[in-house]
Amino acid sequence: MNKRSSWALPYFIFLLLFVALPLVLIIIYAFQDGSGHFTFSNITKFFTDGDALGTFALSIEVAIENTLLCFAIGYPAAYILADNKLNRSAVTVVLFILPMWINALMRTLATAELFNMAGIPLGKGTLLFGMCYDYLPFMIYPIYNVLKKMDKSYAEAAQDLGATPSQVFLKVTLPLSMPGVWSGVLMVFMPTVSTFAISEFLTNNKIKLFGTIIQENINNSMWNYGAALSLFMLLIIGVTTLLQGDDHAEQASGGII
Amino acid sequence: MKGKKIIANAYIWLLLIVLYAPILFIVVFSFTEAKSLGNWTGFSLDLYKNLFTGSMQNSSGLISAVKNTLLIALVASAVATLLGTIAAIGIYNLKGRKKQTMTFLNNIPIINPDIITGVSLFLLFVFLGISQGYLTVVLAHITFCTPYVVLNVMPKLQQMNPNIYEAALDLGATPSQALRKVLVPALRPGMISGFIMSFTMSLDDFAVTFFTRGTIGLDTLSTYIYTDARKGGLTPELKPLMSIIFLIILVVLLVINIRQSKNTAKQ
Repeated sequence: MNKRSSWALPYFIFLLLFVALPLVLIIIYAFQDGSGHFTFSNITKFFTDGDALGTFALSIEVAIENTLLCFAIGYPAAYILADNKLNRSAVTVVLFILPMWINALMRTLATAELFNMAGIPLGKGTLLFGMCYDYLPFMIYPIYNVLKKMDKSYAEAAQDLGATPSQVFLKVTLPLSMPGVWSGVLMVFMPTVSTFAISEFLTNNKIKLFGTIIQENINNSMWNYGAALSLFMLLIIGVTTLLQGDDHAEQASGGII
Repeated sequence: MKGKKIIANAYIWLLLIVLYAPILFIVVFSFTEAKSLGNWTGFSLDLYKNLFTGSMQNSSGLISAVKNTLLIALVASAVATLLGTIAAIGIYNLKGRKKQTMTFLNNIPIINPDIITGVSLFLLFVFLGISQGYLTVVLAHITFCTPYVVLNVMPKLQQMNPNIYEAALDLGATPSQALRKVLVPALRPGMISGFIMSFTMSLDDFAVTFFTRGTIGLDTLSTYIYTDARKGGLTPELKPLMSIIFLIILVVLLVINIRQSKNTAKQ
């Protein structure tokens, strides 16, 4: 059976070539000028570029707001869907996931068109609404999964020991469902912070997010600056993943104890 | 309890109505011939007729975009399933640090947002001097699909009793027979769900395709819609196309789900 470990080799080479090397290239290009010489100018350009900095801050703000909004709307939905007394049909769950199979750009365009028809001007409000609409299933599904698998006897025990329904929820159900919440947060935050196209459609190009700036630079052959901007995006991802990882472990062990 | 149930149901249905509003909007307006969304000029099946007879402006563009989308998704998910299954068997048999490294590398494309995957692969192809087109798009799709195949096959390996494979060898099966008759059947459910996940992700991808398709005018459905919308004014025939896709997915998912709940009911 041991020889079989060599079966991982082709994929290892594939991962090195198509995953590791490209990420290293982002770093290399970020520290080079157009003619391949080492430079910090792309990095300093970002910090002196008010436009880029503003967009960077706005993207994080929108991503946080969207994640909170998805959580506030999605958690009750996941709770209801996972409760056998409140929801008996598995089809309802499928109905929540189904829109993800429709092309996201097409859905977003239709959303924008609905806003136009209703006479609502496109701007930050419509951007948040549209993003929440696009990413809500990603929040609901992991929370639903955790709640569905959760051992109901914990909540029952708390109830038997005299906890009020709100205490049962706050001290038992919610903490136990945190792993699902964290994967939902990650699945909503990451795509929102890096989105492009969707934000353009939802605001009629009025609001630019960070993803759009990266795309514009790459498309205009400013690869080095585009790579530097991507590097900052990679940093956010790294930080978020680390934060999530820590909390995740803490929550999981806290849940067991 | 009853009041609670009514409120809960009302909440769920309200959310579903909001979620489906834009999709229903597309479906409704696919039955009129107006050029732009939200403009009703009476019931008509003209857009459907145009779609199927190919008699529309820029029809070749839309039709080849649909063909490209399906072809790329099919090739990428087939290769990803093969590569991912072999890799999963290998990773399952690795130990210690090597296993950790592989798991870590495998997780990167899952965590990375599309735009980072897209930009980094774009830089790779520029760096290697590979001209971008079908090949680079397919390679890029394989890159973000394979990790999901590995994740789907791995639990099947863990559930499998390793002695069964050894037993087949002891009973005189050649390694390739043991592979075909023991290993593959045990892993098949994971391979199938990995393939389906890869296929749907490849179909829906926009950002990665956008950065790796090069300048030869290669379009998938997503990039076609993007370019179309940027030019102002979607091809009206996209409405019936999306409605048909929606209907197919709705039927397939409902059939799968009703079957599953029947099966669990039987057990």
